[in-house]
Amino acid sequence: MRKYLLKRILYLFLTLFIVATATFFLMKLMPGTPLQNEAKLTASEKASILAQYGLDKPVWLQYITYIVGIFHGSLGLSFQFSDQAVSYLIGSRMGPSMQLGAQALVVGVIFGIILGAIGAIKKDTWADRLATILSILGIAVPSFVLAILFQYYVGLKLGWFPVAGWSGFAYTVLPTLALAASPLAETARFIRTDMVDVLSSDYIELAKAKGLSKFGIVYHHALRNSLIPMVTLIGPLAAALMTGSMVVENIFSVPGIGEQFVKSILVNDYPTIMGVTIFYSALLCVLLLLTDIVYGIIDPRIRLSGNGD
Amino acid sequence: MVENPNNIEINPGDFAPLDKQAGPDKEKIAAPSLTFGQDVWRRLKANKTAFVSFIVLLLLFLMAFGGQALYHHDPNAQAPKYANLPPKIPGVNIHGLNGHITQSGQDVDAYKQAGASSSVHYVLGTDYLGRDLLARIMYGTRISLEIALIATLIDLTIGVGLGILSGWKGGRVDIFIQRIIEILSSIPSLVVMVLMATAFTKTGMASIIAALALINWTTMARLTRAQTLQLKNQDFILAARTLGESAPKIAWKHLLPNLSSVIIIQTMFTIPNAIFFEAFLSYIGIGISSPQASLGTLISDGQKNFQFLPYQMWYPAAVLIILMLAFNLLGDGLRDAFDPKSKR
Repeated sequence: MRKYLLKRILYLFLTLFIVATATFFLMKLMPGTPLQNEAKLTASEKASILAQYGLDKPVWLQYITYIVGIFHGSLGLSFQFSDQAVSYLIGSRMGPSMQLGAQALVVGVIFGIILGAIGAIKKDTWADRLATILSILGIAVPSFVLAILFQYYVGLKLGWFPVAGWSGFAYTVLPTLALAASPLAETARFIRTDMVDVLSSDYIELAKAKGLSKFGIVYHHALRNSLIPMVTLIGPLAAALMTGSMVVENIFSVPGIGEQFVKSILVNDYPTIMGVTIFYSALLCVLLLLTDIVYGIIDPRIRLSGNGD
Repeated sequence: MVENPNNIEINPGDFAPLDKQAGPDKEKIAAPSLTFGQDVWRRLKANKTAFVSFIVLLLLFLMAFGGQALYHHDPNAQAPKYANLPPKIPGVNIHGLNGHITQSGQDVDAYKQAGASSSVHYVLGTDYLGRDLLARIMYGTRISLEIALIATLIDLTIGVGLGILSGWKGGRVDIFIQRIIEILSSIPSLVVMVLMATAFTKTGMASIIAALALINWTTMARLTRAQTLQLKNQDFILAARTLGESAPKIAWKHLLPNLSSVIIIQTMFTIPNAIFFEAFLSYIGIGISSPQASLGTLISDGQKNFQFLPYQMWYPAAVLIILMLAFNLLGDGLRDAFDPKSKR
């Protein structure tokens, strides 16, 4: 177990190192400098600005400085907002993103479990079909389309919730719903397939034979055993939420990381793009590692071993 | 003596020996024997949802690749005079399709307002530059599909190739490939795509295809590897090896046909994924750029006028959603069709 963990952590760092390196050199290939109004600046002004960003040094030195900086928690300075450190930028925008992500995850997973369980229990009835249609729609309708529709029809036409902005819980409702669609659909599909299997296993037959109520069987026996493999969904769901947050935060003007990322891409703010990239990768890597550890703990049948597979 | 309740009289003459040749042959298989493909096709047809999805996809492909032969409108021809005209189909008088819009509570003929002659009509309306929306949707769908299909083909090749190699060779090659997959799959795919798309903006379509291919092959490789590991130790492979068949030939003639169902099913889920990411990148403005159009850029253009002219976003969005739905449902159907054991 310990050997396995050490190995995984080593790979985690290797992955992040590769991500950082690839990002760095990809961004170095790009044109663009932090200089604004380049024509108006004198040569010495230019030099001092470039020096502020460390761009006067050779590329290999910049690279080493960058990698060493990451270990000190520094991700460089933003081109767009002069003098602002990227790590500060990410830190200050983490709150809204995390809140939205967590809310969407809770809403999505809870309703996904309900939908999936209904599908499995009422297999091959109209309820099952309805649940399946809903979950397939959740996968087929991209989050940006959903967000626009929510914003217009629920926000503007019905006026139930604020259309955009970020000041209070009411503002989080629509973006949360738009973000929750894809985790909901994934969870529902997963739970349904899994529970159909579980419901046909021997111990469920035994529970039925014992005369347990239908609810008791589903709640105590079927659902609990179906939930265990759900742990493996954490990684994909987190990745889906990251993707979704980029557009949803933009559409609803939420001051989160995703919104900043899109903005930085559009204005070629390379240090911020690099910083957010590394941040997202680190987040996903840690989540994947935690998933494996948690899975091993709650399901004793899974043995974490040091040999590859 | 046993009483005969029904008074049936049985004489030896009632019985005649059966002709051995003419009698029904119990061993005879009445139905024609089916190949694997025919079997899958039959099961797919039995699954109504999947079959309808298949037909819908066929129609969408026809529209995207053949539509321009029937509908002669240049998707890039601008007519500023006729900008933002709502859909108008001659002879149809339903609000939303008759060229009328509601302006400050009043029903107005937008075509008359724009000074268009009565012969001018756009089936799905025009966009903010007066471009024919139907032509643009057909064109955009084609670009979206082209990107998704080429990217899927590439990652199919890489994924299946490396998957078989990894499973067949084992040892160091396997470990090396597995590590690459492990590293690639712990990077959020979105991040890779954004990076590739920003780093190679100039190349447009090619950079999106490269980004999609780079990310999506890992799942395919993982699946084929697992299958190859299972197949590798089966007797027919052992027989082929004993007979001195070369490894590439075994892979081509024995492994690939047995892997085909896994590959086809996975492909059915890779394509909509690629369509989604392309639309996503184009929507946030780093994918396809004008004058090219894809479903993502059309949605993003339409969104700007959504409050007043919702049709500009609804139609491309509907095409995107139908595409995604059809591919997903067909994928589900194929999974059941290929695997008779699955109980659903």
